[in-house]
Amino acid sequence: MLITRLKDKETLLSLAGGKKVFIINCHGCREVYFPLEEAAELQKELEASGSVTGSITTDYICNPENMKLRLEKHKDEIGTADAVLVLSCGVGVQTISEYLEDKPVYAACDTYPQPGFQGVTPLQYDCDQCGECYLNLTGGICPITACSKSLVNGQCGGSKNGKCEVDSEMECGWERIYRRLAQIGRLDLLKCPTQVRNFATDKEVAE
Amino acid sequence: MKITEAFERGEFVVTAEVGPPKGFHIEHMLEEAKTYLSGITAVNVTDNQSSVMRLGSLATCKALKDEGLTPIFQMTCRDRNRIALESDLLSAALFGIENLLLLTGDHTKLGDHPQAKPVFDLDSVSLIHAVKQLESGVDLGGNELVGEPPKFAKGAVVSPCSDSVDVQLAKMERKVAAGAEYFQTQAVYEPEKFIQFMEKAKQFGKPVQLGIVIPKSVGMCRYMNENVAGIHVPEEMIEELKADKEKTKAGITGVEIAARVIRECKPYCQGVHIMAMGWESKVPELLRQAGI
Repeated sequence: MLITRLKDKETLLSLAGGKKVFIINCHGCREVYFPLEEAAELQKELEASGSVTGSITTDYICNPENMKLRLEKHKDEIGTADAVLVLSCGVGVQTISEYLEDKPVYAACDTYPQPGFQGVTPLQYDCDQCGECYLNLTGGICPITACSKSLVNGQCGGSKNGKCEVDSEMECGWERIYRRLAQIGRLDLLKCPTQVRNFATDKEVAE
Repeated sequence: MKITEAFERGEFVVTAEVGPPKGFHIEHMLEEAKTYLSGITAVNVTDNQSSVMRLGSLATCKALKDEGLTPIFQMTCRDRNRIALESDLLSAALFGIENLLLLTGDHTKLGDHPQAKPVFDLDSVSLIHAVKQLESGVDLGGNELVGEPPKFAKGAVVSPCSDSVDVQLAKMERKVAAGAEYFQTQAVYEPEKFIQFMEKAKQFGKPVQLGIVIPKSVGMCRYMNENVAGIHVPEEMIEELKADKEKTKAGITGVEIAARVIRECKPYCQGVHIMAMGWESKVPELLRQAGI
């Protein structure tokens, strides 16, 4: 099981407040608990301030081909939005982010693991269910799974010709992140405060 | 003595590194350090360099300090979680070790224990942050230290000739924001790239020491070009090493090349950091030829 939980209000407002957003809700696979009510409430609030250009509510947004068709249908609404707000697990956010490569794509949820079956997502992207989703700081590319050291404060000195020191077939995750942030005009995010990982989060959820 | 004091005095700061042995007999290493490195500002001690298990950096720093040298305690995040790292920082303070070089560290897969768990609980930036926290009298868990908190000179690394230098500069900026006070660089063989890098890095206002590895052989250069991130030895230099095999074997060519790189980069940086890799005996001649 996975649990996706809405990030706190303050974070969500800093992402979506005063911006035109397009919302994508993933009701997910059967293995994901999705915060239906809270998500609906958030959307209502954002709509009341007149800043939602459109929305999709569906399942398996991590299926790239399926998702591509749906996004095509909403091309204009997405085009007029400043950002796309995705309510899903980390895999879904990364799928959307890869497809809408010149649009800021933000994760509205954190993803936590729960004991049990982990879902049947077509895993082209990986979510480590770390419970403190970094995708909003890293252009929708996960530093936990795309970097072999899971570094959250930038590139180490081990990248050569764009490849990771551990695996010469693997692209350096932080070079990908840098390129993507440059593409969406958000290199300023690299100046965010020092990130210190919190490995206690899954326990907090269980409590 | 804190290395930052030497930078503040405007000195061109010279440091060199020693690598502890795989074993605990360090008489030879201490003798070499005393003979060839006692004239320089400080001596770095590597921390299980290249993820190869060796004698610890902290204990070796203490041994060097007892011999009257100024050690720089290198710490990586590969082998210890934040509790062990913070604890070792306090141990360093107990021993009067005042200089740190804080790194992420190579991955375990690169070393001689590829089966080991890579830790990386912290990384170079959050480790610098942790040191700052301790200096303020509070640990990363938010708990107060007993008594006067420790004070360190906090160093970090950067790779000026990396093929993704802008990504490196972004990381350098984060290290400065976290509290890094001086930088040592990956080995440089391309002065023009280093100078371009320094043009961009000077905005951070922190002293930078040029990293130097004395090229020992053609094979070593080829190996570094293929396998070591952030290092590129230009073909002309490799040709120079090829030209006179005896001269290269004796280390004369390598020292000439390294001295030339230092001379070309010297006006643009605040010091030099020599990674002699067993050629500590050549450091005095290198410095003489570099005009230091």
